[in-house]
Amino acid sequence: MNIIVLLKQVPDTETQIKIAPDGKSIVTDDIKWIMNPYDEFGVEEALRIKEKFGGEVTVVGLGPKRVTESIRTALAMGADKGILITDDALEGSDSLAVAKAITAAVKDLDYDLIFTGQRGIDDDMGVVGASVAELLGIPNISLGIKVEISEDQKTVTVNRPVEGQTLVIESSLPALITAQKGLNEPRYASLPGIMKAKRKPLEEKSLADLGLDASEFGTEARKVKILELTPPPERAAGKIIEGETPQEKAAELARLLHEEAKVL
Amino acid sequence: MAMKKEWLFEEEHEMFRDSLRRWVAEELAPFADEWEEQGEFPMELYRRAGELGFFGGAMPETYGGVGGDFRYHTVFSEELAHSRSGGVSAGLGLHGFVALPAVAAFGNDEQKRRFLEPGIRGEKIGALAVTEPDTGSDVGGIRTKAVRDGDEYVINGSKMFITNGARADFYIVACKTDLERGYKGVSQILVEKGTPGFSVSRKLDKLGWRASDTAELAFDDVRVPVGNLLGEENRGFYQIMHGFQTERLVMAVGSVAAAQRCFDITMKYAKERKAFGRPIGTFQVNRHKFADMLTWIEAARRLTYHTIWLFINGLDCAKEIAMCKVYACETAVKVADMCIQIHGGYGYMMEYEVQRIWRDQRIQPIGGGTSEVQKEIIGRLLGL
Repeated sequence: MNIIVLLKQVPDTETQIKIAPDGKSIVTDDIKWIMNPYDEFGVEEALRIKEKFGGEVTVVGLGPKRVTESIRTALAMGADKGILITDDALEGSDSLAVAKAITAAVKDLDYDLIFTGQRGIDDDMGVVGASVAELLGIPNISLGIKVEISEDQKTVTVNRPVEGQTLVIESSLPALITAQKGLNEPRYASLPGIMKAKRKPLEEKSLADLGLDASEFGTEARKVKILELTPPPERAAGKIIEGETPQEKAAELARLLHEEAKVL
Repeated sequence: MAMKKEWLFEEEHEMFRDSLRRWVAEELAPFADEWEEQGEFPMELYRRAGELGFFGGAMPETYGGVGGDFRYHTVFSEELAHSRSGGVSAGLGLHGFVALPAVAAFGNDEQKRRFLEPGIRGEKIGALAVTEPDTGSDVGGIRTKAVRDGDEYVINGSKMFITNGARADFYIVACKTDLERGYKGVSQILVEKGTPGFSVSRKLDKLGWRASDTAELAFDDVRVPVGNLLGEENRGFYQIMHGFQTERLVMAVGSVAAAQRCFDITMKYAKERKAFGRPIGTFQVNRHKFADMLTWIEAARRLTYHTIWLFINGLDCAKEIAMCKVYACETAVKVADMCIQIHGGYGYMMEYEVQRIWRDQRIQPIGGGTSEVQKEIIGRLLGL
């Protein structure tokens, strides 16, 4: 069973995001970059399937050279090889353009399954997975929280949460599955895994290598344009309820909830 | 990886750091309070760390390590400072970065198969037994003796303040094999748990490192085969000094990381806590404290990193290691003390981490060779 995992590199969840002076992007200087956590679920699931059925896991990332680090992390976890799609002309591309580049890189590979995160935790678009499936002409199953490959390795069954219930979807292979939280607990890269990752093949592809026209990518070619980024409102300071006794405090709390917060 | 990358480390060290950080945050830190309360941490942690290959950084590949350099130990020690328990760092660190390196450096193949291989996997735990009830820094003055009797050594004596003392599977015991020759009569002998005559006299109650197992050991006609001699007979003192080099460096690294953690916690507190209508960190008297602390921490880190660089490049750094040990360990105590002061009454409360850091760091200028001994080393190396 050969599996491809698409991954994105995103700012660490603990990063303090600052908006850049242009008002349309963020300051990236002090950011610690990590593998998108939803993609990490995809890597883990791919590795588990590989451990059961054999085969190879290929990790595909797109972006500047630093994305290599995230691909190496996936290799350290146990993936077999990596592909980095990197080209200055890709800078600023929208989700559809990204999906086109990824499709070009994976379409001729031998694969049974593709995993990717249900969305990137940075832009929260959730478009790339479905777009790649559409461009490849294969089924797309989103938000998988359980994935089972049939014994004959011809079909996959995926559980997907829907409003507190579970939808069980069966699909032929190859198919693309987007990973949701709850699918698994990703492993830590072991130290021997990290050392082995250094020797695993990692190929770089430019748009020209993929036979793509650079003018269809980048900020200028965006179909979705970012007009402005605004920070979330600052959290207001909390209020400490004064009072001598629990009764007094409770009465004061009730009064504030009623008169100030107007929730009672 | 942060943009402000530390010059000392390569990409693989940083990847190792990422893995460790997650492990510490998910599997250690949330349980630290419980383990501190219980006075020990689960043995499972050794096995888990072993399974993830975390002890193998600077260990030879033949025995299951990855053959890297001391920087892996550095990263381990730095990240373990976030476990919220100095005892956990001490227990894991003593095994991985003191006991195992001694076997790796001086053991023969048979000993490495017996102790190092399972040790790297976290299945057999090691302890180093040098200190005695009446002898600390004066290694040549130990009284535990090993007398040759045919193919065996017969060991008698006792050992004190032994980390992993009650739970280790093997002990590297410093013994006098020649009573006449002072430090030139010291040898290191491997003693396995369960050997008749060997016993744990008591588990010790400590100010800090509460989750670490520290014990007093007794040897009463303990017989071990001569094949258990580690390295050469009567060369034990030099072997111990060799091991102290890395142990002291690891301790310095851990102290810098602990001081930084204490500083960060206190910065956050000083920004939130208000007195006289403004955050206490904005009072000049405290602002200067923060400026001082960060300067000391940064100076300690730079000295330590520089020394590690000398060390991994095989350059002489005995003097620098002693400087690191004194400066970093004492800085951590000083910083933790100041952080408690900034916390006021809360800093004195057991639920605040700064007091634990202070208690855990207080051993650092004592253990692994006191500050006083380090200064003697520096002085002698200066030819004074």
